[in-house]
Amino acid sequence: MSDFISKITSNQPIFDDNDPQDELITLNIGPTHPATHGVFQNVVQIDGERIVSGVSTIGYIHRAFEKIAEHRPFYQITPLTDRLNYCSAPINNMGWHMTVEKLLKIEIPKRVQYMRIIVMELARIADHIICNGILGVDTGAFSGFLYVMQEREFIYEIFEEICGARLTTNIGRIGGFERDFNAVAFDKIREFLKRYPPVLKEFEEMFVRNRIFIERTSGVAAVSAEEALDYSWSGPILRATGVDYDVRVQNPYCSYEEFDFEVPVGTTGDVYDRFMVRNEEMWQSLRIIEQALEKIEKEPKGVFHAEVPDFYLPPKEQVYTNMEALIYHFKIVMGEVDTPKAEVYHSVEGANGELGFYLIHDGGRSPYRLHFRRPSFVNYQMFAPMSAGMLISDAIINMSSLNVIAGELDA
Amino acid sequence: MESSFLLEKLQGNFPAKIVEIPDAHNLLTILVDAEDIIDVLRFLKSDPELQFIHLTDITAVHFPHLEKEYAVVYHAHSLIHNIRIRVKVFLFGPNPEIPTATVVWKGANWMERETYDFFGVNFIGHPDLRRILNVDDMEVFPMRKEYPLEDPNRVDKKDLYFGR
Amino acid sequence: MSDIKLAEAPPGVEGAGFFATSLDKAIGLARANSLWPLPFATSCCGIEFMATMGSTYDLARFGAERPSFSPRQADMLLVMGTIAKKMAPVLRQVYVQMAEPRWVIAVGACASSGGIFDTYSVLQGIDEIIPVDVYVPGCPPRPEAILDGVLRLQDIVKNESLNRRNTPEYRALLEKYGIHTNK
Repeated sequence: MSDFISKITSNQPIFDDNDPQDELITLNIGPTHPATHGVFQNVVQIDGERIVSGVSTIGYIHRAFEKIAEHRPFYQITPLTDRLNYCSAPINNMGWHMTVEKLLKIEIPKRVQYMRIIVMELARIADHIICNGILGVDTGAFSGFLYVMQEREFIYEIFEEICGARLTTNIGRIGGFERDFNAVAFDKIREFLKRYPPVLKEFEEMFVRNRIFIERTSGVAAVSAEEALDYSWSGPILRATGVDYDVRVQNPYCSYEEFDFEVPVGTTGDVYDRFMVRNEEMWQSLRIIEQALEKIEKEPKGVFHAEVPDFYLPPKEQVYTNMEALIYHFKIVMGEVDTPKAEVYHSVEGANGELGFYLIHDGGRSPYRLHFRRPSFVNYQMFAPMSAGMLISDAIINMSSLNVIAGELDA
Repeated sequence: MESSFLLEKLQGNFPAKIVEIPDAHNLLTILVDAEDIIDVLRFLKSDPELQFIHLTDITAVHFPHLEKEYAVVYHAHSLIHNIRIRVKVFLFGPNPEIPTATVVWKGANWMERETYDFFGVNFIGHPDLRRILNVDDMEVFPMRKEYPLEDPNRVDKKDLYFGR
Repeated sequence: MSDIKLAEAPPGVEGAGFFATSLDKAIGLARANSLWPLPFATSCCGIEFMATMGSTYDLARFGAERPSFSPRQADMLLVMGTIAKKMAPVLRQVYVQMAEPRWVIAVGACASSGGIFDTYSVLQGIDEIIPVDVYVPGCPPRPEAILDGVLRLQDIVKNESLNRRNTPEYRALLEKYGIHTNK
C-alpha cells in the first residue's frame, strides 16, 4: 500500500497491469479556450491528468497574407504585416520596410535608424509584457498582469503620438517615417523610461522569487539546445535553452551594432528560464531606447526619411503645388517606378524569434512572391511532441510561454 | 567564412551537381536537382566545417511561364560561422515531388506541410503530409498562380461596382 | 453633487416605498446592466478587448464583470477578430450553445464584413452564419468604440420585449441561418 502511496506522492504515472482505466480519454483543448492565446486546437489523449500524445491543428485564422501580398503594391503590404504579430506590430512594419529597402538598395540616414530602433524596442517591451503577464495569469497570478497592462497603455499613447494608431500601427514608410517624432512623442518616451522601471521591478518581485511561481514553472518543459535548434527555434525560447542566437547581433540591421546591450541566455530552457529571459530582455530594451535617445540628439535635426523621391511619397502640400512632387506621387501610386528584378531575404529579431521576409520581385507593381518566415509557426510545431508525458496544466503553461500569436501562426 | 569558400567546398564534394545562381545581395544561392537535395542538405548540416544546424525556412514559388514550374527554396543558417545559404530545386508540375528534409532537420515538418498545402508539392517520406492552414477538404492548392485571391463562389459582390 | 451616475429608472408609478413599472422594462434594465460577455477573441481586436477589460477603459463597470468562456452562462457573444472559414463551424457551435436571451456584437471590420481580407479563406462577415445585433467598425476599434458598442447593445436590451425569443419572427430569423429551435 505504501508503495502505491509513494508512487502517487512522487508524481509518477501509475501504470499497472490491474489498472482499471486502460482507455485513454481524448480531450479537445481549443480552438476557443479561455486563456486568450489565440485560436489553435490541440486534441490530446490523456491518462488521468497526464498527456500521452497530442495533435495540433492550426489554420483557424488563416487569412492568406501571402496571396494578398501578390496583389498589392509595396506600401499597401505594410498594413498586412501589422496583423502578423499584432502584439508588436511596429517590428513587423519595420522589418518589411527594411526588406524593401534592401531590395531597392536604399540607404537610410542614421537618425531614422535610431528612431526605428526606439519604435521596435518599445514594441518588443509591449509584446513581452503581454507574454509574461499572461504567463502569470495562467499560473493564477492576475494582479501582475493588470499592473503592467497599464504601462502597455502608455506605450500605446506613444505609438498614437507617432503614427495615430494604437495597435495595428502601420508605422513608417519605405525610406523612413511619414512624419518626425514631435516634441510630445520624445517627452512621452522619456517619461516611459522613468515610469516603467519601477513597475517592471514590482512585477519582477512578484514572480521571480515567488515560491508558487517557481514550483509551477521551474523544470517544466525543459528543452535541450540541440533539440531546439533541430526544430528551428529562435527568439527568447531558444535563448532560454542556452543558445545566444539573436538576429540583432548575428546579422545586425538598422545600426544595432552601435548599441551596447546584452543578450540574456538561460540554461535549461524550462518555462522559468523563458520568463526570466523575456524579463531581462525588457530591461535591455530600456537600455537600448536610452542610448538611442542620446544618439538622436547628436544627429542633425529634422531628418525623418531618406531622400528617395522615387519611393517615398512626397508631402501632400507639395503634391498640390509642385510639378515634380505631383509626378513622383503619380508614379509611385501607379507603380510606374522601375524596380529591380531580384530576390531578397531579410530577417529581424521579432519578439518571438526570427521574423523573415522572403521577397521575389519581378519588376512589377506588386511582389511576385512574398513569404513570411513566421517564428510562432516554426516554434509551435514542437509543442505536440513536447507535451507527451506532461500534465495538462504544465502543457498549458508551456503553451503560454512559447508566446504563440495566432495571427503570426496562420498568416 | 566567405561564400566563395562555401561554394568551393560544396562543388568539391558534389562535382557537377551544384550550380550557383547570381544573387544581388551576397547570399549564396545554389541550384540543385531533386535527386541530390537530401545529400546536399545533410552535408550542409553535418559537415564539421560548415554546420548549418539551423534551418530557417522552406517554401516554394510557382513560375507558370518556366518549363520547370515549381521551385522549392530552402534557407539555412550556420550559427557558428554566421553565414546563410539559399538552396533552390526546380521541379516539373503539375504534381511536383521531392524527398522530405525532415530526415535532416526535424523542424522541416510543418514548413513542408505548409508548402504542400499551398502548392501541392509532395514531400516523399514526410511522416504526416496533410493540409495545415487551409480547410482539410480543400481540393485545390491556393497559392498557385491560377487560383484567384477572392472566393470564387461569392455571390454578393456586384461586378459593376468592382470594375469587372 | 456626486459624480456617480445611476442607471435611469424606466417610466413608472412611484409612491411611498414602491415603484411600479412594466415587467419588460424592469427585466430589461436588469439584463442590460449585467451583460456577461463571452469573449470570442481571435485576432488583433482581441488585444484591444484585453485593453478594454483593463483598468483604463474597464468594461466591468458596465456590468460585464464576469467574462464567461462557457457559452451556457454568457449573455452576449463578442466576436472579435477575423473568422476564417475553418473557424466558422466553431463559432456557430458556440452560438447555438448559448442560452436565450443572447446577443451578438461583431467587433471590428473583420467580424462585420471580412475587413481587409477579401480572400478565399476568410468569412466575409459573421452575419453569414449567425444573426448579429451590433456592429462595431474599426480596425481595430478603439476601446471607447467597443464600449460604445456595448452601450448600444444595452439600449437594445432595455427596449426588448420579454416575448421576443418566442415570436415566430425570431424563429424565422434563426431558421434563415439554419438554426432550428425546438420549442
